[in-house]
Amino acid sequence: MKNIELIKLPFSKNNPILVQVLGVCSCLAVTAQLKPAVVMALSVIVVVALANLIISLLRNTIPPRIRIIVQLVVVSTLVVLVDQVLKAYVYDVSKQLSVFVGLIITNCIVMGRLEAFAMSNPPLPSLLDGIGNGLGYSVVLVTLGFVRELLGSGTLWGYPVMERLGLYHIGYENNGLMIMPPMALILVGIIIWIHRTRNKDICEK
Amino acid sequence: MLDRLRDYITKIKPNFVEGGKFAWLQSTFEAFETFAFTPNTVTRRGSHVRDAVDMKRAMITVVIALMPALLFGMWNTGYQTSLTAEWWPYEQGSAASWWYCLWFGFLRMLPLIVVSYVVGLGIEFMFAQIRHHEVNEGYLVTGLIIPMIVPVTTPLWQLALAVAFAVVLGKEVFGGSGMNFLNPALVARAFLFFSYPTHMSGDAVWIAADLWGSDAIAGATPLGELAAGTMPSASALDMLIGTIPGSTCETSVIAILLGALVLLVSGIGSWRTMLAVMLGGGAMGLLFNCIGANAYMELPFYYHYLMGGFMFGAVFMATDPVTSAQTNAGKWIYGVLIGLFAVLLRVVNPAYPEGMMLSILLMNSFAPLIDHCIVARNIKRREHRKQAACVSGKEAHNG
Repeated sequence: MKNIELIKLPFSKNNPILVQVLGVCSCLAVTAQLKPAVVMALSVIVVVALANLIISLLRNTIPPRIRIIVQLVVVSTLVVLVDQVLKAYVYDVSKQLSVFVGLIITNCIVMGRLEAFAMSNPPLPSLLDGIGNGLGYSVVLVTLGFVRELLGSGTLWGYPVMERLGLYHIGYENNGLMIMPPMALILVGIIIWIHRTRNKDICEK
Repeated sequence: MLDRLRDYITKIKPNFVEGGKFAWLQSTFEAFETFAFTPNTVTRRGSHVRDAVDMKRAMITVVIALMPALLFGMWNTGYQTSLTAEWWPYEQGSAASWWYCLWFGFLRMLPLIVVSYVVGLGIEFMFAQIRHHEVNEGYLVTGLIIPMIVPVTTPLWQLALAVAFAVVLGKEVFGGSGMNFLNPALVARAFLFFSYPTHMSGDAVWIAADLWGSDAIAGATPLGELAAGTMPSASALDMLIGTIPGSTCETSVIAILLGALVLLVSGIGSWRTMLAVMLGGGAMGLLFNCIGANAYMELPFYYHYLMGGFMFGAVFMATDPVTSAQTNAGKWIYGVLIGLFAVLLRVVNPAYPEGMMLSILLMNSFAPLIDHCIVARNIKRREHRKQAACVSGKEAHNG
């Protein structure tokens, strides 16, 4: 497989959320606003890319019977590092994300890529695969964060878009359902619907 | 006149079949043709039960059953305004005032009904056209029920949004009428309730202040008063007749029972479901009476039938043949649980003054599971019976 495919494929045709339906939990929980969604997306890209790289370097020395433990140790280390960085530089977002940074450890996308790819591929493709899957996760997260913050709170990155457009004067109101997790699930469903309409070849028979 | 219409339709028909000028509008044409005349096609394959009641007739019967509640709702919309509005032109209690109540309510309800039908049917026609289906009749009922279960002051754009949400995500994504597992009218109401709570609950949405604006006069519903910790100010008789604030057409128990009569006589609504919902609600009310921890719990159990959307839900929503349980035993379980949860939510959770909507939606999603268990149990029982028959048969033979 060409290296560029490793990034392109998980972006659309093999998207971790839209096609593999992994990592949905955090995707519903952190996307009520755009800023935490972007921070979460970046964190996951860093963790999954570096974890893939490290495990790929170690892959020939890890005994198969304890590989999950080894993977977990690597992932946890990275997650703790990311968590500390977030706490140091973007404390307010870190508080908003609360447990969901820590829960990257159990994010199925991370473990899935380690098991399915990094354990049996050389470091460079593994790194690219990690970045690709992180980006695939990010694109859905950011889309959700954008739609939910815009329609649910009327702001974007905290900027009151709807108010500046003067929509409240003509009777517009924010949609309370948008900031609730169930609507995020429905939005993911709608995105999957559109995605499958445009990519007929990934539909099950 | 009818002959001329028939001739005209026959004349323009070639344009709409495969290869015609407007072949892409086939579903739309088909819908209007069968709306005007009984279709002359017959089923060619498979065995069918032939009955005078087809989809269109069943749906029209439900619409007729809704009429008493709709008319009363219109009158009550005007009546509630007349009680407090200073501009009301006629003397309270006069015949002129009575007729003006009906007229006022009609004018207030009309935009809601028109928006609901235009948006909903528009989407239905669009989907039928894209998927080359026939346009289904299900929306005739849903489109009328939606304006009947929202507050009269609901802004029209919010209603349009809710209808679009309900028809697309409550119904069409699952394959259209008959394939949906949630009641689309309740999906629309739930969407409004969670999206725009200030327009769907509280004291300031139930009574229209004037003919055109979205202003409202403050007036609490009995459920609102109870959720706030006070006893309802309306008497049980008022609630029975329905002269209380509330969602447009759900206040009158008598009008709804007239509708129930139509549904039961025509056999379209299930008496099992209706009775089971009543039993479940009553049982929960009695249970709360036994606990009696606060004033709400000590409320006589029959008050739950009279307040809010309980009766409307029991008669018109729980009995929806698509989303309710299909087996007879399943209908009992499904109905009783709806009643139980509705009263439970009302009394215990002050965030949701009305529990009927949520409890029906909840049980809608459980209905297939209930049916599955009932069917599995029946199969097992017959299996046992067969084995028992075999054993006893052998013994008889040997003996």
